Amino acid sequence: MRIFKFFTTLLITLSLSSFALAGDWSKIRIGTEGAYEPWNYTNAAGELVGAEIDLARDLCARMNADCEFVQQDWDGIIPALTNGKYDAIMAGMSITEERMKTISFSSAYMTEPARMSTVKGSPLTTLSTAKNLNLDDDSGATKGTIGTLNAALKGLRIGVTAATIHEDFANTHLSSAELKIYPTQDEMNLDLSAGRIDAALSDIGTIEAYMGTPSGANVAFFGPNIFGGLLGEGVGAGIRQEDSDLKAMFDKAIAEAAADGTIGRISTQYFGKDLAP
Amino acid sequence: MRFELMYESFFKIIKGIPLTLEVVFLSTILGLFFAIIVALMRVSKNKFISNPAYYFIYGIRGTPLLLQLYFIYYGIGQFSVVRESFLWVLFKEPYFCGILTLTLSTAAYSAEIIRGGMQSVGPGYIEAGSSLGMSKMLRLRKIILPITIRQALPAYGNEIILMVKASSLISIVTLMEITGIARTIISKTYAPVEIFIVAGSIYLLINFIVTRLIKFAENRLNQGQA
Repeated sequence: MRIFKFFTTLLITLSLSSFALAGDWSKIRIGTEGAYEPWNYTNAAGELVGAEIDLARDLCARMNADCEFVQQDWDGIIPALTNGKYDAIMAGMSITEERMKTISFSSAYMTEPARMSTVKGSPLTTLSTAKNLNLDDDSGATKGTIGTLNAALKGLRIGVTAATIHEDFANTHLSSAELKIYPTQDEMNLDLSAGRIDAALSDIGTIEAYMGTPSGANVAFFGPNIFGGLLGEGVGAGIRQEDSDLKAMFDKAIAEAAADGTIGRISTQYFGKDLAP
Repeated sequence: MRFELMYESFFKIIKGIPLTLEVVFLSTILGLFFAIIVALMRVSKNKFISNPAYYFIYGIRGTPLLLQLYFIYYGIGQFSVVRESFLWVLFKEPYFCGILTLTLSTAAYSAEIIRGGMQSVGPGYIEAGSSLGMSKMLRLRKIILPITIRQALPAYGNEIILMVKASSLISIVTLMEITGIARTIISKTYAPVEIFIVAGSIYLLINFIVTRLIKFAENRLNQGQA
């Protein structure tokens, strides 16, 4: 019985993957995490919602495709794309050189800096730094700001979510701190409020969303807005490298949605500001 | 298959072995200690003693270990009463929460194994002890426990193997043991098959050694038995 089941599954998988390779994009499966408010998250009713879910529906309509969402844990989200569990990732994923080695990306559909957060009353909230930290800028000012951050964070516990641009940034630039690596943003948020970590590094919008909840009411930002360099060129849809036709479809739909104000409208609804690239 | 990557990852993943062994060792020892107490309570004829043990075993065995870990790590930290008390010094540490969860789990399972072993001691042995004027404690020490250990050891060996595997769950509370390191490598290399094969082989090796040790202990204890 089990062997029968195994072969049926194998057969279905094989037929589905050949179906996908045929380049028929009337049906597109979108992989997302569902734990990264307000980008993509699961509401109290258990439904997937968020800026990227709304945007994905809009883009799919423009591409004349039926969209189906597949939920996938963040740390396996790229392998699941390359294995064909879905056709595109829309999960707040920044376009980085490192990821481009494995997958390709559509053009960016939203862009937002990263920032550190801590709890109200922490000495970190009084830390004074430059307003912006642009990693594309090689001047002494960038090094100075990173130096200030490192001095303030020496020996402290800093939370990041696994396999994010934030983890890369902390590994590369925040060597004075002790890193704590979380599977999801939600779990890191809880530990930040509980005081298990002294600070967290993530996208601004997702921490703002957490600040709006009762358990996140004690959270505050500190330090500069961080962007550029290894933080990537904004958030785009991850696509298998061989699916260049699908990438072209996404690029066209994103350009249209940016031009007619759809991306601005959706991001304003979820983030309270326009994140259109 | 990227063999070079597997080779490189092996040396990164083995750095997680000490933490895995440490967590398994500590929680198994602590868990065994609690298990003996719980098993003794469980076989008591007094309802006020046996019932709490029964409900403890029932609660722990009836709920998933993952959920227990989430509850102890993320759940307890939600109560400001705990956060403001001395307990927070302990519960703040993922290491403590991981060991506590695994200890409670193995205590419940092992208590049932020990109870089974105790109840397999024939009444004749106990009567023989009594007729020689042995006290209750002396009978427990000289008759009941030795027979229990021999009876329960095969099942208990199974429990230790389950503990080695269950320890992989603590990677979700930021502890970087074998599975934690493997997951970190996967999230950078996107090569789950290669890395999980390496991590899985390390668990196989650990459990192979555990199985041998238990077999050795069983043979020693069964010397002179028909």
